[in-house]
Amino acid sequence: MSRLLPFLGFMLLVALFGFGIWWNTQHDQNAIPSPLLNKPAPAFNLPKLYEPTQRVSKADLLGQPYLLNVFASWCIECGVEHPVLEAEGPGLGVQLVGYNYKDAPADAKRWLAEHGNPYNLLIADEPGHTAIDFGVYGAPESFLIDAKGVIRYKHIGPLTPDVVEDELKPAIAAMLKEAP
Amino acid sequence: MLLLRGSAPFARRFVDRSQKHGAQGAFLRLMLTALLTFIGVAHAQAIEPMPFRDHAQELRFQHLTHQLRCPMCQNETLADSNAPIARDLRNQIFQMMQQRKSDEEIKQYLVARYSNYVLYDPPLQPGTWLLWFGPLLILFAGASAVVIAIRKRHRGDDAPTEAQTGNGDDW
Repeated sequence: MSRLLPFLGFMLLVALFGFGIWWNTQHDQNAIPSPLLNKPAPAFNLPKLYEPTQRVSKADLLGQPYLLNVFASWCIECGVEHPVLEAEGPGLGVQLVGYNYKDAPADAKRWLAEHGNPYNLLIADEPGHTAIDFGVYGAPESFLIDAKGVIRYKHIGPLTPDVVEDELKPAIAAMLKEAP
Repeated sequence: MLLLRGSAPFARRFVDRSQKHGAQGAFLRLMLTALLTFIGVAHAQAIEPMPFRDHAQELRFQHLTHQLRCPMCQNETLADSNAPIARDLRNQIFQMMQQRKSDEEIKQYLVARYSNYVLYDPPLQPGTWLLWFGPLLILFAGASAVVIAIRKRHRGDDAPTEAQTGNGDDW
């Protein structure tokens, strides 16, 4: 038995490292769990991308659920996500609000002209101050916000077809069931 | 001509030496250059001039940003990171300092938005018990393993003598 001890110790280490590798493949290493989940979304007041003189606040959007999608023309992953938004956006059952993050408006417009515009509404946060209140640290990020203005779900990184099916749609369904 | 001839032995010696140590010397030089370059770059990128009120505030800013982790880049402090979000957060921290917010208030502000992830020194709470006491547990496990092993060996040595004397002092 005592001869087996070093071997058992070794196997324990192997199991520990194996678990570590498995755990890391299951989780996005860059995703930070948002402390804002299930809390009221921060108040914001931002200009529209296409009509900068008009501003949109959180209060303006209360009453209907929406998916706030943080994107930018400089963001490579956003190009990966964009076709998914175009394909899935209309069928989600919520408004799609584009949040243009730290982007020159001209660049954003050119990018949208090139890739298409799946958004019902577009707001621009060029300095990126409001994004800090949302805990945004990159793009793309997506927030599902319900009719009462509470953040129900957050996804960091591009929305893939799998994420939409497995996470976003169930989250929307749960939200709509609760308050249709 | 004279100069050339005179310098020839030195040149040859130099060539000889460089043949022996050339690769090593070149490598060292390269490493040193790279090191100096990167130190320069790191400083140039991470520290942008900020209108601090005084030197004390600058030191406080440096101290605070070295305790905070950049959300984007995992292994860099806010002070060192060149990520856009790190720059924005540094500016935010600077602004809050101008508003005479305390270090604790600034940390709370960031934790409320980016979770405890931003703290290099995580708070003691149920979720972080393993983090705080895990090393201690491993130390105890190792220590007990050593103690058990030593006792076993000790008993192994003593057993025959005890059997011989048989005074029953084991109790």
